[in-house]
Amino acid sequence: MTTADAGRETGTFKVKRGLADMLRGGVIMDVVDAEQATIAEDAGAVSVMALERVPADIRREGGVARMSDPALIEGIQQAVTIPVMAKARIGHFAEAQVLQALGVDYVDESEVLTPADEAYHIDKWAFTVPFVCGATNLGEALRRISEGAAMIRSKGEAGTGNIVEAVRHLRSILGDLRKLTQADSAELYGWAKELRAPIGLVQEIAETGKLPVPLFCAGGIATPADASLVMQLGAEAVFVGSGIFKSEDPARRARAIVEATTHFEDAGYVAKVSRGLGEAMRGEELSELGERLADRGW
Amino acid sequence: MEEPAATVGVLALQGDVLEHEAALREVGVVVRRVRRPADLAGIEGLVLPGGESTTMSKLLESSGLFAPIAEAVAGGLPTFGTCAGLILLAAKVEDGRPDQRSFAALDCTVRRNGYGSQRFSFEGVAAPVGDALGAGKAPLPAVFIRAPLVTEVWGDAEVLAREGQDGGGAPVVLRQSNVLGATFHPELTSDRRVHRLFAGMARAGGWR
Repeated sequence: MTTADAGRETGTFKVKRGLADMLRGGVIMDVVDAEQATIAEDAGAVSVMALERVPADIRREGGVARMSDPALIEGIQQAVTIPVMAKARIGHFAEAQVLQALGVDYVDESEVLTPADEAYHIDKWAFTVPFVCGATNLGEALRRISEGAAMIRSKGEAGTGNIVEAVRHLRSILGDLRKLTQADSAELYGWAKELRAPIGLVQEIAETGKLPVPLFCAGGIATPADASLVMQLGAEAVFVGSGIFKSEDPARRARAIVEATTHFEDAGYVAKVSRGLGEAMRGEELSELGERLADRGW
Repeated sequence: MEEPAATVGVLALQGDVLEHEAALREVGVVVRRVRRPADLAGIEGLVLPGGESTTMSKLLESSGLFAPIAEAVAGGLPTFGTCAGLILLAAKVEDGRPDQRSFAALDCTVRRNGYGSQRFSFEGVAAPVGDALGAGKAPLPAVFIRAPLVTEVWGDAEVLAREGQDGGGAPVVLRQSNVLGATFHPELTSDRRVHRLFAGMARAGGWR
């Protein structure tokens, strides 16, 4: 939906994607209230993600995880000057409408919350607010982009403090992108079928070698070296969820992850900021998990 | 004979660095990423990209870049900031954070997110004022992302473009001697007039 107001066009794809471009090289931090949001902004976060409980708590406590209370989101919006994102359940377009009405800057249609629709994701073209969606592979990323997502993030396995799934997802997305650039025009139809993605998008990325929207990393980042790892693998920015506020010294760890994301190519710098941060979140071995959040989404 | 290409640094702490690099290459300058003080040696111009000004301000400090860049800008290094980059150059910032620092090189006041949150971000146009961007020429396409609003201009700062088809809106491109600033993102469109103007400033700057 675009509206023309005195020659101003809002909600265009360029404007939606543009905000994602501005966040590149930065860290987006999960926060549950205004106090945490202030700590995140003080540490140099480029944006905060408002949610009811951080993924580690959702995992531990179980139950249905939903969009945050609007009062909490408004409290966070008043507390910080950086963009505020918020999560809606997969397919729950009414939650997304509420978040848009609240004036959040980005909606994350997120597998971390309990899905509301088992077959369909939100038609994101119908919104002025931009959307970010998670993906585990290239096909999933392209399906979300075809539905209107203006930013893609790896899903990883949220709330585990374990980077292995995010690495798997990034390698899968970027590896297949590299392979696509080598395919001939006939093979691209096979790729589209295999990826379950629109042929137009497949042809476009085979030509350009990159997604038409920024690719960020989420799910399991707990240390500055984790941030450096995923940035070197090709992520353009990082989301940190439980990794900050489930650690011993959130403010210091947040600052260190911000520094490491900027200076990801400089191991000496990453070493410097990694010193004496106190304990990281404890984390979980993946084989001990029950349901995988990354399996949510279709 | 062609002039030798100028080398322009792009502050690469965070933000839309890639788009600026591509735009600068299109106008014939050599690009270098700036993340550490040593990267400043030998550049003839510096671009401060779009991004989050609070984040960049902190990273400028922690990377040891704030003081050398402040000195270079004050000494006449041609510098161009877009959106967050303009906020870093403005003399006065409204609605910023108290610990946010700026190079105070453009005589203007900017209000952060002055057009509102992302739902008010928009594609519009900017009409050139004066000759620098071509008076009476077609307006520049302009993408405003949670853009700062210039609320006041004084002293030696000169307005080079204003928002809207007829230029009836707020100032959106400003210049003061070797410093250029835009509240929108010329790097996100294919119109290269603003980057070309800056490339000319970098070549003429005589800065080493």
